[in-house]
Amino acid sequence: MEAILGNQVMFILFSAMIVMFSILTVTSRRILRAATFLLFVLLSTAGLYFMLNYQFLAAVQITLYAGGIVVLIIFSILLTSHIDHKFDRVPAQKLIMGVIAAGSGIALSLTTLLTYNFVPANQEPISVDMNTIGKSLLNYGDHGFVLPFEVISVLLLAAIVAAVVIAKRKKI
Amino acid sequence: MEFNIYDFTSFTKWIDESLNAAMSPFWVMITEMAIIGVAILAFYALVGLFLVYAERKVCAFMQNRVGPNRVGPFGIFQTIADLLKLLMKELVYIKNADKLLFNIAPFIVITASFLAIAAIPFARGLHAIDFNIGIFYVVAVSSLGVIGILLAGWSSNSKYSLIGAMRSGAQIVSYELSVGLSLITMVVLAGSMQLSTIVEAQANGWFIFTGHVPAVIAFVIFLIASTAETNRGPFDLAEAESELTAGFHTEYSGIRFAFFFLAEYMNMFIVASIAATVFWGGWMPFHVPGWEGFNTVMDYIPPFIWYIGKTAVIIFILMLFKWTFPRLRIDQLLTLEWKYLLPINLFNVVLMAFIVLMGWHW
Repeated sequence: MEAILGNQVMFILFSAMIVMFSILTVTSRRILRAATFLLFVLLSTAGLYFMLNYQFLAAVQITLYAGGIVVLIIFSILLTSHIDHKFDRVPAQKLIMGVIAAGSGIALSLTTLLTYNFVPANQEPISVDMNTIGKSLLNYGDHGFVLPFEVISVLLLAAIVAAVVIAKRKKI
Repeated sequence: MEFNIYDFTSFTKWIDESLNAAMSPFWVMITEMAIIGVAILAFYALVGLFLVYAERKVCAFMQNRVGPNRVGPFGIFQTIADLLKLLMKELVYIKNADKLLFNIAPFIVITASFLAIAAIPFARGLHAIDFNIGIFYVVAVSSLGVIGILLAGWSSNSKYSLIGAMRSGAQIVSYELSVGLSLITMVVLAGSMQLSTIVEAQANGWFIFTGHVPAVIAFVIFLIASTAETNRGPFDLAEAESELTAGFHTEYSGIRFAFFFLAEYMNMFIVASIAATVFWGGWMPFHVPGWEGFNTVMDYIPPFIWYIGKTAVIIFILMLFKWTFPRLRIDQLLTLEWKYLLPINLFNVVLMAFIVLMGWHW
């Protein structure tokens, strides 16, 4: 019972952090602060994955999103933006429309989640280690992911080629 | 309770059981987290203080000087005096800085190194968290430190800081690749990412001996790349004091500056620990298969001493790097990584996979 309490405390802590920093990310008027708040959102999400004992996904979340994408965002802000720069206040009409859109989204997902009849899983928690992930990633049978894996590599190749083309444009 | 210096498993189990007898599981968890936190914090501070002292002594040794020698015997209390001085210094506030980010940045840097230290195996049974993706976890959390450096550089609203942060960002992001790939080479050899399994697998010979040539190449690349990742000389152009005053932490003073300083030394310690664990067997004593007498003698040395000894040797090598080589330019730095280390590394992974598949490793 009390172990569940501990889990719940951690879950509430992480989800409160996610909600709070998500709101701060979109409301902050300084761009680098917004990026920092986004970093905290992503780290709290990684915390949730750690709670689920899915350490691989948590580490991927930290490496790719926090260590990769946020660093990229911060880097581009460093190159382009000045510290005094602040976004203008959002006009009232846009603000109201945005709040309505976000609110209806929340209402829709909440009604779906609360009305759905979740069945508690009575399965033993499975530990997902690297061997399992690696084997299913390169498996073409059932529960195999080799096709998406290869398709994503084509996408990455396209992205690399595009980056080279954009970087080279002036010299042609 | 039996306290065994060769195996801490029974000791930690004894703590767990006596706590369980005293209170409910929820509070046991909280107390254990607090104990581990305080223990690691104390270890962190002590090692940090010692490393600063060691750096000065090694620097003095390289430059044929004496080094700190007034405060205490051989000057060992010098860093404690420095720490007290830093604690009492005024925290200078920058008028046009982004105050929030300016204050957060040192904490991000220090938290990243703190997260990494939790996953390091210190001795048999003395291991705070043993994930099945241990190495990946360490690489992941140590990549967070660069965010603190970038934020510090930008929020200071100073040209020197910004240039330092940009250099540091380019450098760390590039060299992370080499660190990761050289560790992957060793993961291929070990067949596991769990740090405890990796240490156990080296009972009959450390990986640097059993992994033949690719292990040695990976070790050398790891040393170079991790020196760069920790912003240490000869790759210290993020804080190049002769060009940028102090790079990204130019505007920091007092204890906030001390945080950056401490985190830098702790990152060096973590890097050395990982190198010792993955290449030199961590706390595993030096064993030669077949030499029973020799192995028994080696087993008498406690695992913790082995671990500290190996880490200290690697730290000494890293310090020799700093005081031997001149600083690289930014273009030389990026050329070294992208044109030399990365291709060698990629080839090395394939070579290691080939050796493992042929069963040539012992």
